[in-house]
Amino acid sequence: MEEIRYEAPTTLSRASELLREPGARVLAGGTDLIVQMRTGRFAPSLFVDVKRIPELASIRLDPAKLWLGAAVPAALVVENADIARIFPGLVEAVDLIGSTQIQGRASVGGNVCNASPAADTVPALIAIGAVCAIAGPGGERNVPVESFNTAPGKNALRPGELLAGFDIPRPAARTADAYLRFIPRTEMDIAVVGAGVSVTLDANGVCTHARVALGAVAPTAILVPDAAAALIGSRGEDAALARAAAAASAASRPIADKRGTVEYRRKISGVLTKRAAAAAFERARGARSA
Amino acid sequence: MKIHVHTRVNGEATEFLCAADRSLLEVLRDELALTGTKEGCSTGDCGACSVMLDGRLVCACLVLAPEAEGRSIETIEGVAKGADIHVLQRKFLEHAALQCGICTPGFIIAAKALLERNPDPSEEETRYWLAGNLCRCTGYDKIIHAVLDAAADLRGETR
Amino acid sequence: MSEKPRGERKFKYVGTRPIRHDGLDKVTGRAQFGADYALPGMLWGKVLRSPHAHARIRGIDVSAALALDGVKAVITGRDFPDVASEAAEGGEGANDFGDLAMNVMAREKALYHGHAVAAVAATTARIAEEACKRIVVDYEVLKPVLSLDEALAPDAPILHEDARATGHEPLPKGPSNVASRRELGRGDLAKGFADADVIVERDFRTPMVHQGYIEPHAVLARTGQDGRSVVWCCTQGPFMVRAFSAKVLGLSTDMIKVIPTEIGGGFGGKTTVYGEPLAILLSRKAGRPVKLVMSREEVFRATGPTSGTHIRVKMGATRDGKLTAAEATLYYEAGAFKGSPVNAAMMTVFAPYKLANVRIEGWDIVLNKPKVAAYRAPGAPMAALVVETVMDELAEKLGLDPIDLRLENAVHEGVQATYGPKFRAIGFVETLRAAKSHPHYKAPLGKNQGRGVACGFWFNAGMSSSANVSINEDGSAVVVTGNPDIGGSRASLALMAAEELGIPVENVRPVVADTEAIGYTDLTGGSRVTFATGMAVIEAARDVIKQLRARAAQIWSVELGSVAWEDGHALLLTEAPGVHEPLSLAQLAGRAAQTGGPIVGRAALNARGAGPGFATHICDVEVDRETGAVTVLRYTAVQDAGKAIHPSYVEGQMQGGVAQGIGWALNEEYVFDKNGAMENAGFLDYRMPVASDLPMIDTVIVEVPNPMHPYGVRGVGETPIVPPLAAVANAVQHAAGVKLAELPISPPRLLEAIDRAS
Repeated sequence: MEEIRYEAPTTLSRASELLREPGARVLAGGTDLIVQMRTGRFAPSLFVDVKRIPELASIRLDPAKLWLGAAVPAALVVENADIARIFPGLVEAVDLIGSTQIQGRASVGGNVCNASPAADTVPALIAIGAVCAIAGPGGERNVPVESFNTAPGKNALRPGELLAGFDIPRPAARTADAYLRFIPRTEMDIAVVGAGVSVTLDANGVCTHARVALGAVAPTAILVPDAAAALIGSRGEDAALARAAAAASAASRPIADKRGTVEYRRKISGVLTKRAAAAAFERARGARSA
Repeated sequence: MKIHVHTRVNGEATEFLCAADRSLLEVLRDELALTGTKEGCSTGDCGACSVMLDGRLVCACLVLAPEAEGRSIETIEGVAKGADIHVLQRKFLEHAALQCGICTPGFIIAAKALLERNPDPSEEETRYWLAGNLCRCTGYDKIIHAVLDAAADLRGETR
Repeated sequence: MSEKPRGERKFKYVGTRPIRHDGLDKVTGRAQFGADYALPGMLWGKVLRSPHAHARIRGIDVSAALALDGVKAVITGRDFPDVASEAAEGGEGANDFGDLAMNVMAREKALYHGHAVAAVAATTARIAEEACKRIVVDYEVLKPVLSLDEALAPDAPILHEDARATGHEPLPKGPSNVASRRELGRGDLAKGFADADVIVERDFRTPMVHQGYIEPHAVLARTGQDGRSVVWCCTQGPFMVRAFSAKVLGLSTDMIKVIPTEIGGGFGGKTTVYGEPLAILLSRKAGRPVKLVMSREEVFRATGPTSGTHIRVKMGATRDGKLTAAEATLYYEAGAFKGSPVNAAMMTVFAPYKLANVRIEGWDIVLNKPKVAAYRAPGAPMAALVVETVMDELAEKLGLDPIDLRLENAVHEGVQATYGPKFRAIGFVETLRAAKSHPHYKAPLGKNQGRGVACGFWFNAGMSSSANVSINEDGSAVVVTGNPDIGGSRASLALMAAEELGIPVENVRPVVADTEAIGYTDLTGGSRVTFATGMAVIEAARDVIKQLRARAAQIWSVELGSVAWEDGHALLLTEAPGVHEPLSLAQLAGRAAQTGGPIVGRAALNARGAGPGFATHICDVEVDRETGAVTVLRYTAVQDAGKAIHPSYVEGQMQGGVAQGIGWALNEEYVFDKNGAMENAGFLDYRMPVASDLPMIDTVIVEVPNPMHPYGVRGVGETPIVPPLAAVANAVQHAAGVKLAELPISPPRLLEAIDRAS
């Protein structure tokens, strides 16, 4: 029986080197990796613990953007006053990743790289226009979050590459985001549907810009331009929300599994989009310049 | 090749040998004979293995043992100080907040982490904080009462 | 026990809430549960399980496993003796030793996904796992039977070719998946329905669900040179483990000693054996101790959940609310081997109500799912679900308050139960009245909110218990019994001993003993410990008191009849006061050696007269009409405990049963794929209630003493899970304006019902 190894590099380049080994897996919070290893989905040959790499462990707020390191645990994101103020929807999403114990470990980077169609952070990150910063043998490259996951369990990383973190553009004034997910219990479940919405309003409260993303209703999270279009030009009144909801339901391509049927997920896509959009509008009306 | 890990457990310098894929839970129980931390599921869904890792509440089943290097771990065995039990432990006993007791260590660690962060949690905040700790015997009622009563006690109030 | 209860007796210790004796160890992590034991030289056991729900096992090749470095023993069905079919006494529910042996380790057939087919003991758990992967099993895969309908279909694959249906005709002739069909009834059903002004009929399906104890099964077995094994395991019944393991392994019971560890939940699921015989046999073969701990996945796939069911109930009533007739047809899944709790369900289904005309039909059906085991009031919650929703609908149609309809028909002392015996004093009416006058019942409801009422009954058991009470030299007492403590029973037994002896409960040490340290004792289950073992403890304490009085009489040179025992002291009953000062228990204990030797009391009994427990529950829910999500807003459980020995633990039983019932109603279910593998074998997708899912659960303890127990005790552990399925279902039906026919009331199902209704 082969022995598995463990390394904890402190630089991106060393991590990238280690990850060239075919059986090497990135270990951040371990809340997906360790479970999948125990259930036999992977048999890693090497754990590359990335938590000691400064870029991956840091949160940095610049005038133009927020840098969120890929290995920062959810709990630190949720406790960060700046992020909570500027991106309440993202914090909502991150706060939903599992229990308090899971929050102490699970990372946003891991949640995205795991590429579950139901990942909670992905629709929220898409809604706020986050971009994945990838480091690897070929240098650095950027991929918008909505293009990063390619299929269930598959992402755009090539051998030797790792996700360093997210560049999230600071929003314009009167912008706010919101994220809602539907689960059968009040906690501890994988999303049956997740909806992330961001809206920007002008001085009269009319929406000038919007992004709507859905999770758990397609092989990857999806942007729903039609739902965004339904919100633009509106003040978030019921009719506009209903149109956005209908567009969301129409765009969803869910499967039936032990967590929900096709029809159910379609319906809930609409309901959650409407509710998340309403919450985003309400926040944007109250939001000062971010 | 086993990894030699140096860590602190309940304030004491501790070392052990482990394979890279052993979990911290397995090492605590099987190498260090600290069986107070329990295994209920090994997938991070029940909280019976809750420990503090560098001051963070985590599931020990989802921490690899080598990650403990240079870190500080607190388990249920470290909560009481000698003969003095923690107010949470006392309240759990007074409120009969345990029946079979298997989930109790995990709840006490988790509740202690809550009260250290938020000394005046509401019932709802308490329930959501503890949502990662499963109990099948009590229906949570007396547990929540015990935690809220302990919080009041620590604030110097009565409930 | 022939003494009548002291109805108006003033208790000094019983009814108080002392800290439980094992509590400190449990809150500090010192208490040792099943998986917390280790021995030097110990090996780790792992089980290889069938990946097929139904298959013939043509051969097993273990050579590659044995060749792996670190593997010390491998066993398969070949290593076990054949065990004949025989009713298994000492467990809970219907058990057959022949079936049990085949369940513990498959022989010719694998009968469910997860069925044990081989087991390995190795120096590390990883090596044992790897060894299991190297065992080659030659399966002939057969078509699985995965539902009641499939099992009864004319062309259904047959699980047990040689079995024939038993019970009451008409029965299928030849091989079938019907293990039994029984009927029970009285009166004239046709006339009863003809006399009814309103008839309601409902049809429900409920899924297979698991007890959900947080502690997986764990066992450590060590076999000595003489072939005798010592077994540490978390079980509800150490004597059951001894008897069942001996039977499965073809050993005599004196070859096995069972030491019960602390147990992390059971609820009936630990009233049989799974890994214990495997660990014993592996330790015999390897010559070293073997520790075998189940994973959570194994617990779901390969222990004993409770039956999925299909139940039809039809009831008729007159315009003024008198029930005239009731009929029930119950189909229960037994799993891979016969023995669902359908018989208990037949007996409980109409037990709360006065009915002259009744007919009940029960089917026990085998199919390719794990063999079901007892789950808290086995069989009753599903049956109550349907009866109580019918009662709710009857009340609505008759324009009667739901509690009033039940009061009109409630059984009371002197009524002959639908399942046979005449009720002695029972507290059903008292629980209904208490529920009706509770503030919860009148609290206003908001939009999309609804209230459900439901009632429940469980017989509770008596059975055999032994107890020893020994007095220490300092006057403290040790109470030794053989019942693992799953709910705080140790504290209650100590309270009863303290009450009899008249000493503080802190001076009583309750001990749960192993099978060599106490006389035979039936397992912890059936809500029997506080009742039956309590009775034994009281009798043993009275035996001690008789001895103490005799010692005092000797010291004072008087007749035994002149000595009374009061408040922990021997008193001389005499005209002249002050002739002899009372002697305390401590004083008498200090002189025990001089007055005749150690003072040890004993009792061994088969307790009769277990008092049935009744409950009435009220549940408020709110429904999100756009998503089908249900929030439980408020819950009140009222139950007759006879006499609450330790009220906190009675409340705890009520709250725990309610929580399980709510989970069963709203979210819990086994989901199988088309090949019969459970898809949600973990706590992520087998959704039990978490702390944020539930409100506080208010409890009201009613006390109508059981005349057959010295203190009036009734068992309390099982009744609480019987009403919640219907209480929640009725509440949801009122909140959403729908009629339900299936559990769990998951959001997709409820949303569909809401959309259909509007």
